[in-house]
Amino acid sequence: MPSPDPLRFRLNGHPVEVACEAPRILLDLLREDLGLTGTKRGCDLGTCGCCTVLLDGRPTLSCLTLARLVAAREVTTIEGVTPANGLSPVQRAFVEHGATQCGFCTPGFVVTATALLRDTPHPDRPEIERAIAGNLCRCTGYRKIVDAIAAASREVA
Amino acid sequence: MATDSGPRYRLLGGRIPYIEGPLKVTGRAEYTDDIRRPGMLVGRLLRSPWPHARLRSIDTAAAQALPGVFAVLTGEKYPTPFGVLPITHDETAIAVGKARYIGDILAAVAATDERTAERALSLIRVDAEPLPEYTDPRMGVTKVAEPIHTRGLLGTNIQKEVVQHFGNVDAAFAQAVHTARVRGNFAGVTHAFTEPMATIAEATPDGRLTVWSATQVPHYLHRALSEVLGIPMHRIRVIKPEVGGGFGGKSDPLPHEIVCAALSLETGRPVKILFDREDVFYTNHGRHPTQNDVRIAIDGTGRILGYDIEAIIDGGAWSSFGTVTTYYNGVLAMGPYRVPNFRYRGRRVYTTKPPSGAMRAHGGTNIRYSVEVALDELAEMSGIDPFDLRSRNALPPNSKTVNEFRITSTSFLKCLAAAREKSGWDEKFRKLPYGRGVGLGCGFYISGSNSPIHFTPKIPQSTVHLKVDMDGGIAVHSMQADIGQGSNTLLAAIVAEVLGVDLERVHVQRVDSDVSPIDIGSYSSRVTFMMGNAARAAAEQLREKLVRAAASLLDRTPESLEVVRERIQEKDHPTTGVSFLEALHRAMEKEGALTASGSFDTSPLGGSFKGARAGTAPAYSFAAYVAEVEVDRDTGEYRVPKVWAAFDCGRPLNRLAVEGQVEGSIHMGLGQVMGESMSYRGSRLFNPSLLEYKIPMPQQMPEVEILLVGDDDPEGPFGAKEAGEGPLIATLPAVGNALYDAVGVRFTDLPITPDKVLKGVDQRRKEGRLWKGE
Repeated sequence: MPSPDPLRFRLNGHPVEVACEAPRILLDLLREDLGLTGTKRGCDLGTCGCCTVLLDGRPTLSCLTLARLVAAREVTTIEGVTPANGLSPVQRAFVEHGATQCGFCTPGFVVTATALLRDTPHPDRPEIERAIAGNLCRCTGYRKIVDAIAAASREVA
Repeated sequence: MATDSGPRYRLLGGRIPYIEGPLKVTGRAEYTDDIRRPGMLVGRLLRSPWPHARLRSIDTAAAQALPGVFAVLTGEKYPTPFGVLPITHDETAIAVGKARYIGDILAAVAATDERTAERALSLIRVDAEPLPEYTDPRMGVTKVAEPIHTRGLLGTNIQKEVVQHFGNVDAAFAQAVHTARVRGNFAGVTHAFTEPMATIAEATPDGRLTVWSATQVPHYLHRALSEVLGIPMHRIRVIKPEVGGGFGGKSDPLPHEIVCAALSLETGRPVKILFDREDVFYTNHGRHPTQNDVRIAIDGTGRILGYDIEAIIDGGAWSSFGTVTTYYNGVLAMGPYRVPNFRYRGRRVYTTKPPSGAMRAHGGTNIRYSVEVALDELAEMSGIDPFDLRSRNALPPNSKTVNEFRITSTSFLKCLAAAREKSGWDEKFRKLPYGRGVGLGCGFYISGSNSPIHFTPKIPQSTVHLKVDMDGGIAVHSMQADIGQGSNTLLAAIVAEVLGVDLERVHVQRVDSDVSPIDIGSYSSRVTFMMGNAARAAAEQLREKLVRAAASLLDRTPESLEVVRERIQEKDHPTTGVSFLEALHRAMEKEGALTASGSFDTSPLGGSFKGARAGTAPAYSFAAYVAEVEVDRDTGEYRVPKVWAAFDCGRPLNRLAVEGQVEGSIHMGLGQVMGESMSYRGSRLFNPSLLEYKIPMPQQMPEVEILLVGDDDPEGPFGAKEAGEGPLIATLPAVGNALYDAVGVRFTDLPITPDKVLKGVDQRRKEGRLWKGE
């Protein structure tokens, strides 16, 4: 079977060219082939949100996305929303407000929250709850996550 | 509040963000599946499609011959039985002779990649003779045709029976003015942590074996690996990376962890086994499906005269922690109340379903629901307010229960007072309009099991090692397992508090059995209490060395000095002092790096009767919760807009973490009472995914007002007790009793789904009983 053309897309702001067969899932491409292990595998079924990345800026479940569908598009992972030095306002708020416990769901929440605050800089609590409804957390009961996102939104000009 | 009095601490008692938080929010925290080893193979498990079957033969030849397959294992190679409790070793790494539930492991392969491994599994031929399935525990309480285990009681499937009687229950009931009876039925629920189990094992040519695993109890895993594989413990190294939640589900040594190690031994290569979500559901070890029957008698003044309790507990295929579960379903029903007469018969019965085990507030949750609902009913019968009924029966501090639990600190009365006042109870109870209601539920839980599981050799329950070298960084080693509850942060904060240093000097090392001293891990809500005391003891030894060194530098006596932030100074002349580093460097002149070891062990507690140790703890937590509910008359759906959570964890040492434990516990408790259920058709689990097993959404989470009212515990570190499990328990009965206040129906079949609400209301109306001005 001839190998398909390499897959070309932008990942965290940089062009990437990588061998990728048609059935490859974006989550596997990121974690296994590109070594970006910040994106987590929780359910493989699109139910937990741990694998959330931004595809052209929109929160997307990488476990339900065929990798070749991202050709010529922009993928941003947790590594991409993290500043080179220190933490983003969302990340800082998650730490300070106790919004991370076991931490396994946290990258997905941070990615989702980053997109929310970019589009809606000052969401109210119901808007925050709606935005994170696709991300499961079993540790916090969500309240401190909502607190953290609300606090981060206050830092947004 | 009591916690505002007593000594003040620099860090402890404040809000301390997790020290590893920056790693977690950036995706840089390392979990087991994030680890790659050179030449690593993929391990996969063949699971039983039969609930119960005799295995006649397993033909692995075709799988072995497949290119890319490095090993195929069946049960005979490592048949040594194991289990978390030494008294009930009834599991094997891979099934030997019989399969006991759908999902039981029949064979394992190691191959170069996932696809080859899956292909190899499909080539394994299993010849099996189906045996009778036992889906309901009641099917197994009498002699059965084919007992699931030979160790069952007298040809039945009963794994453990507990019969206890203290005082004289029949006489107590004969004097009763009111009695209530609640027959509770509880579906099984599961932990639903977000990180699936994962293990990597690497056998190396030096005869050693390294195992990385998502475990709550590295030490029990270490023991089980040694026993089953026949390798001495000192040649096995267990490492615990970050763990993505446990809640009890990662506390047993699990078969796949041993299988992974066995595959590495077979192949000489590193092997990883990563679970998918279905594997996680079938592995289960969640809360036991339970049927209980609770009778409580009170006198005319509302004093409890006695409890009479029966429980049938569905154990699934293995024992796991089941012997403990069977005791807990009885003995944890008493506190926070004084119960002078107590009778209990509990039976945990094997079924051909995924094993039940320990889940947050293990053994104390289902029985508590029935007890608290019965008390609510007794309050109504006697015309006594539910709060007053409970305060009349509160166990006092420094008392003993009828089964000889030692109660030291209890702020249960303060919990009741705070919950009553803050919730506006007196204005709401039976006064809200139909469809809205408030309910009270209380809780009681162990702050660490007083008995370790293993008694040989005799070692402390917790040990902490410290090392400070000339860089002034403090390395902390301990096998306590942070699974997200914040124990690493607390460990660091205790060390920093005692030594007077900034938190950033303290580096908590990853659990690694080669260097971490034994702590028996994260279960039974033991870590804060036991590790905390061990850490304090270790840090105090270091402090003494530093103070002596400072005294020699300053030419003063050690007694005249005090430790303040990053400095040791004269109490009477604070300007005379030396920095932490100056004292450290003086102290190092003769002995090099400073080291210290602190430990904590429990002293014997409890009576001398059989089973007396079960449920003994060095301290207990107490809770009083009020939940408010709003029921939709048309659909039976309900929401819980607010919970007032008054909790006694002694002195909260990290308020941020305690709040997180309380809110997370309420979320998990609401899940169980409102909708979560491991649903079976016969022995087949029907909803093994997070799509079908629904945990509450952010929108379903109530506002939570947390009231931490505990007095300092006399033996807890800096006055602290547990906050990891106890906060779950009161959630369920608070909601159940609030539903009664809202619609006048007692719900005793959990989860209480909207269809049950509608049916209950219909039934009540058919019986001609109207509620709150209907």
